[in-house]
Amino acid sequence: MTDRQLPPDMPIAVKDPSRLSIALQSDFFYTFKRSPVAIISFAVVVIMVLAAIFAPLVAPYNPFDPASLNLMNGFSRPMTPNAFTGDTFWLGTDDQGRDVFSTILYGMRISLFVGAAAVLFAMILGITLGLLAGYVGGWTETIIMRIADVQLTFPAILVAMLIFGIAKGVTPVEHRDQMAIWVLIIAIGLSDWVQFARVVRGATLVEKNKEYVQAARLIGRRSPAIMVRHILPNVLSPVLVIATISLALAIIAEATLSFLGVGAPPTQPSLGTLIRIGQGFLFSGEWWILLFPAVTLLALALSVNLLGDWLRDALNPRLR
Amino acid sequence: MLAFIIQRIAQSALVLLVVGLVAFSMFSFVGDPIDNMLGQERTQADIDRLRGQLGLDQPFPVQYVKFLGNAVQGNFGISYRQGRPVADILLERAPATLELAAVSGFLAIFMGIGLGVFTAIRREGFAANAIMSLSLIGVSLPTFLIGILLIYLFSVELGWLPSFGRGETVRVGGWTTGFLTESGLKALILPSITLGLYQMTLIMRLVRSEMLEVLRQDYIRFARARGLRERAVNFRHALKNTLVPVITVTGLQLGSIIAFAIITETVFQWPGVGLLFINAIQFVDIPVMAAYLMLISVMFVGINLIVDLLYFSIDPRLRADRTKAH
Amino acid sequence: MSEAILSIRDLTVEIPTRHGILRPVDGISYDIGRGEVLGIVGESGAGKSMAGNAVIGLLSPPARIAKGEIHVGGTRIDHLKGDAMRRLRGKEIGMVFQDPLTSLNPLLRIGDQLTETILAHLDVSRSEAEKRAVAALDEVGIPGARERINSYPHEFSGGMRQRVVIALALCAEPSLIIADEPTTALDVSVQAQIIALLKSLCRERGTAVMLITHDMGVIAEAADRVAVMYAGKLAELGPVRDVLTTPRHPYTDGLMGSTPLASRGKARLHQIPGAMPRLDALPSGCAFHPRCPYAQDKCSVDPGPDLADGNGAACWFPLPHDAKVA
Repeated sequence: MTDRQLPPDMPIAVKDPSRLSIALQSDFFYTFKRSPVAIISFAVVVIMVLAAIFAPLVAPYNPFDPASLNLMNGFSRPMTPNAFTGDTFWLGTDDQGRDVFSTILYGMRISLFVGAAAVLFAMILGITLGLLAGYVGGWTETIIMRIADVQLTFPAILVAMLIFGIAKGVTPVEHRDQMAIWVLIIAIGLSDWVQFARVVRGATLVEKNKEYVQAARLIGRRSPAIMVRHILPNVLSPVLVIATISLALAIIAEATLSFLGVGAPPTQPSLGTLIRIGQGFLFSGEWWILLFPAVTLLALALSVNLLGDWLRDALNPRLR
Repeated sequence: MLAFIIQRIAQSALVLLVVGLVAFSMFSFVGDPIDNMLGQERTQADIDRLRGQLGLDQPFPVQYVKFLGNAVQGNFGISYRQGRPVADILLERAPATLELAAVSGFLAIFMGIGLGVFTAIRREGFAANAIMSLSLIGVSLPTFLIGILLIYLFSVELGWLPSFGRGETVRVGGWTTGFLTESGLKALILPSITLGLYQMTLIMRLVRSEMLEVLRQDYIRFARARGLRERAVNFRHALKNTLVPVITVTGLQLGSIIAFAIITETVFQWPGVGLLFINAIQFVDIPVMAAYLMLISVMFVGINLIVDLLYFSIDPRLRADRTKAH
Repeated sequence: MSEAILSIRDLTVEIPTRHGILRPVDGISYDIGRGEVLGIVGESGAGKSMAGNAVIGLLSPPARIAKGEIHVGGTRIDHLKGDAMRRLRGKEIGMVFQDPLTSLNPLLRIGDQLTETILAHLDVSRSEAEKRAVAALDEVGIPGARERINSYPHEFSGGMRQRVVIALALCAEPSLIIADEPTTALDVSVQAQIIALLKSLCRERGTAVMLITHDMGVIAEAADRVAVMYAGKLAELGPVRDVLTTPRHPYTDGLMGSTPLASRGKARLHQIPGAMPRLDALPSGCAFHPRCPYAQDKCSVDPGPDLADGNGAACWFPLPHDAKVA
């Protein structure tokens, strides 16, 4: 019994539950709360993204400002005062006196930026082609899906390498370093659009025949509008899962390409480039130049992968 | 069924022709061979003469056909960087890559299938969960990172295994092998683990998920309902049905080992065709790039074709139109 | 009076879920004697299959037997696990599933599937097992058994496949067969044949049969006694003729009224209003009372009375109502 005195015939206002509270009560969030793996990986990813975005504010030094570098700081060990200058660097310095912690932060920036941009590019390209193929059908569909099949015969990394190599060949030498990041984004994106296209096409085919699409057609809505406003929202769930996994793959792809020397140049190094540089110092004993970028990359890739895996299981209707 | 085979072969041929076109276009549009081959001091007459010699004044389609013709005969031109015939260079370095790929492949298949079956059958056990967690790391870790960490542990810290090169090799006929020397075998260990680990993890997870799917099927339930031993259920019934789809995917994976060798060879400075390709990209050595591209394509397309046909012959349901019931 | 082959007492199956504990089988009891066919009938979700799974020990976790006893051939079996239970399956208890297509392993010949079952339970040589396999096929009416023994499942038609499944269930000579919707996936024309086959084989061997189905026609055709299940409990139990012609539980009455019968001519089929409640939203007292045209106050408080041994209805006010004392 409540202790409020209300006139018996007055309706008690009930607040509509807000969308946030609906979301928080959903099965999805429940499984999230229950899974320590999901929470930790999500937290790690968020921290890294924030660190990367705010790198200029967080990093103690700007490793790419030649004026701030002191060669005498080179090869400092982590957490040990330098013999010459007395400066202490958390994670040590490399051969040119750059603070490893700062280079990692800036490197993460590039790694995340390229990864995210590449996936975004792949998504837009893949979704567009998938919608086209599914909705328009006919020759358009056949051509697009054939190209997709053929491209799938080859490993994505090889495709990316090739595109990078060709682009490098047609760019004049002076511009190569600057263009490298953009070429990298396009190369990785182009190597990855296929799975988005396939999923979207499949979903489009399914949705195309549903009543609401036919209704939209009947009242005269034009095709692009139908595709975007009606079909797209229904396709988002599987696309989201693929996107997360693609992000992990893109980050690894970028790291690999940069490590091989066909990616981010030393002037704008990503984590992969840093590892390449670090490998050179492995035998001479300056292990920190390699280890810290390596561990950072490992943590990043692992977290995004775990998140993607969990997402896939959580959104899979069959496992519920 | 014959129609199916012909269609697949025609498709493969088409893909190869397109790849050839791409490779050839690289020659035509990327860089200038004339630039690469003549020095600074060249006259217009020199340029014209070389043009004629190389057949660069012919129309595009004609050049393309000539290019293909040459390729089929194994003539891939001269390397811009080394000045030697590309074919020779490739043949020299092929054994290194092939041996590495073979060892990695075996490792990946046997360990992959074995662990996959184990983690499917004992899915609740501690060991299975531990292996699955580690496998997630295996999939997330970039190959080059695995290689580097292995080098750090076994070469730098422990000093047990070499960190680069093939060790001593022995010439057997036209082939150089590392199998016959102790240093050769030692040198193979870290690179093949590096190269095979990713594939092994993929195969393991695939076998596990396929097997779990199979174990959910009615015929497995019925086998249990008939009181067959778990062993019989798992190996006689489940495994057989699991391997059929696994073979398809595995075949495709193994092809990519040769492509992924690029990374491993770079980490370990292994003198194979992968390292050659990377160097070619860095120096924009078009003939080598084009040759590698075409050979790899032939390999991939070929593997795809074989696996498709193999799948067709293994699953008795697809042969239904031949063995009709009496 | 021969001792019952199967004896179930107060069997309860529980499934713990996020929303609470569900009881798909809640305190049911019945016996099946030698050579007797007991039909278990009810709507989908009433718990009929769960009871069958519990008897043969194939409940999928997290479902488990929470209470009650199961005796087969006089021996208690509900607490058996692992290998002890496995030995019973096929040898003492056989099971026939609904879909013959998915019950048979598509990659194994049916001869192999038969001989492996025989060898698992009977101590005979391989050649003897093979002979018995052919004999089993023969018995279920597959023409040309000796040649067909080497065929694959997909080479048979649906009805033939179900015959093979029955052969498989019977080949180790069990004393009890659980048939879970054995005809639902078959063409109507074939259903009668399969039912007749099952009935004659079991009568010959004295095998007890638990025939689970939602099809009243099958019950009328094949069963000696029938148990009607509703929301996990037994609503009514009795000889088939009695239950079908003079049902005592209002639910059974509703079922009979909604079943097309030639005798009814063109009279409209009666439809029970509402639907069977979900297991997590069971009404208080008797689960049927919200839909029952004769419900009284007592029905919403007290679930029905326990069934007298082997006969009766779980209803406070059983039909026919003119015989009731006010």
